[in-house]
Amino acid sequence: MSTTPQLGAADDERAETSSPAPRAPLVELRGLSVQFGRREILSSLTAALRGRAVGLLGPNGAGKSTLINTLLGFYKSSAGSARVLGHDIVTGTKEIRGLVGYMPENDAFISKMSAVSFVQMMGELSGLPASAALERAHEALFYVGLSEARYRQLGTYSLGMKQLAKLAQAIVHGPRLLILDEPTNGLDPSARQRMIRMIKEIRDNQEMRVILCSHLLRDVEDTCDEVLILKQGRIAHYSNLHEERKANRRFLEVQIYGANGDFSDAVEKLGCECAVTADRIKMVLADGIETRDIFRLAAERQVRIRRMNFRRDTLEDIFLKAMES
Amino acid sequence: MAVYRRTYTAYSGPLTPLWSRFLVLFRYSRRNMFRSRFQTGLFVACFFYPVVCLCLIYLSHNLSFLEKLGAPSQVVAINNRFFFNCVSVQGVLAFILTAFTGPSLISPDLANGALPLYFCRPFSRAEYVLGKASVLFILLSQITWIPELILFGLQASLAGPRWMWDNLWIAGSLIISSLLWILILCLLAMALSAWVKWRIVAGALLLAVMFFGAGFAQAVNVVLRTQSGHFFNLPYLMATVWNAMFRVDAEHAIPVSEAGIGLLIYCLICLFLLMRKVRAYEVVA
Repeated sequence: MSTTPQLGAADDERAETSSPAPRAPLVELRGLSVQFGRREILSSLTAALRGRAVGLLGPNGAGKSTLINTLLGFYKSSAGSARVLGHDIVTGTKEIRGLVGYMPENDAFISKMSAVSFVQMMGELSGLPASAALERAHEALFYVGLSEARYRQLGTYSLGMKQLAKLAQAIVHGPRLLILDEPTNGLDPSARQRMIRMIKEIRDNQEMRVILCSHLLRDVEDTCDEVLILKQGRIAHYSNLHEERKANRRFLEVQIYGANGDFSDAVEKLGCECAVTADRIKMVLADGIETRDIFRLAAERQVRIRRMNFRRDTLEDIFLKAMES
Repeated sequence: MAVYRRTYTAYSGPLTPLWSRFLVLFRYSRRNMFRSRFQTGLFVACFFYPVVCLCLIYLSHNLSFLEKLGAPSQVVAINNRFFFNCVSVQGVLAFILTAFTGPSLISPDLANGALPLYFCRPFSRAEYVLGKASVLFILLSQITWIPELILFGLQASLAGPRWMWDNLWIAGSLIISSLLWILILCLLAMALSAWVKWRIVAGALLLAVMFFGAGFAQAVNVVLRTQSGHFFNLPYLMATVWNAMFRVDAEHAIPVSEAGIGLLIYCLICLFLLMRKVRAYEVVA
């Protein structure tokens, strides 16, 4: 009973810091650099990540995990600064860690513990009272689909189950930001689907935002609305995937039967850019030109269109462009 | 919320104070420790000698009972040497207990990569070390200075207040000497278990530091014709300090102050090793 005022104070402290405005920056990077010895791992990163789910992409060794570890205060920055949910990564490390749930990339568990004890302990370390931690450990394990196996020792779990247990410990304390480092590593297709579905559910939950670090483009494309692409420790590209797709909607790919004739020339006369390959014509539509205009030109020249589709830039295109730049 | 509902809700209840979180580690580690029957048995066995001492103190104050048994009236003198012996025996037992329990505190976390899970929470490295050390500290306290103080209290109650006031310094020596030994054992066990991820190897290394350290010290002394080799002999350094604390006459090759400094250096080295290894991720430059 005597601890009530302290508990209340802690709660108030958390409430003050834990409710970012809907589109307040999740992470702000201001010239953040990280060096290990003489090796520069991250170099002058500047960006403001605002999405509900932000994907960190990059080839192996690009610095994705280093960025996450720096945001969590595991590594010291050599220059610049960063803020997570409004807290500076140097002065507000404890506050940040109180608001974040982290699922590391590698195996991370305590082998001689049952899943429920493990998740409960992690909840208690995050500040939950023992009884609340136990209740939420059960809830989290039910949520991730480990309800049947929650009394088994973690050492006996399969890789997929260990990933789910790691996810459970990351969400047990109800974080405002969930950082997932390669969450689908080593999962079979069905387990991967289940993990992706769960991440989407978490993302759509209004109480939590997600940073997903992966080198698998599909995972990021399926779950994220913003993407930060790193290359050799630098930001190669940062964009809102939805906006990016919208911007590329006027990219048209037409497949025709037979000869092209002067069809492509006619399209170019409308002000569109064309690239012709065998039976395909790729075009970027000019302003004011609609698909019906293309159909009209084809009809006039008796060109039979076999297939026509808007070809959106996939994340793969964006990624490859970023890597080439 | 009922646990069968597969939905996620954020936690909005009260939080525990930051300072108390290291006790979570203490609770879980202690629970794990006593799951092993062997360790529980060893812990219980550590109380055998204090019980024998308890009986000796009682018998030494019940002469009529001794006479009935036909034993000499003065079985054993209850003085500083008696308590020094008690501290020495319990010190050895504390070391054996540490060799079996200490390495299991940190090495499994390192072997399974669990450290990032601790440190991604509002929980510092110092709190982690404190939480783990508190397990050993409480455990070793239970077999060293706490029973020794009980023995002192029994002797004081039987011998009277005059004996107690004359020998009050023994109580201080009991506490300080045991705490010093516990501190060294805790740091050494944790530092070794942090550097050697395998529990069994870490336990063996702890034994090696004690026994091979003594052998190495002797070799250095003989080869270099010096007494400085004793600084490699941790039990010798500790015994030197204990002898001084309990005012036991014994010849020592190195002064007490130098032995104390030697122990302090051991502690600092262990702390340094510990803090280099206990971190979320190792940085390879």
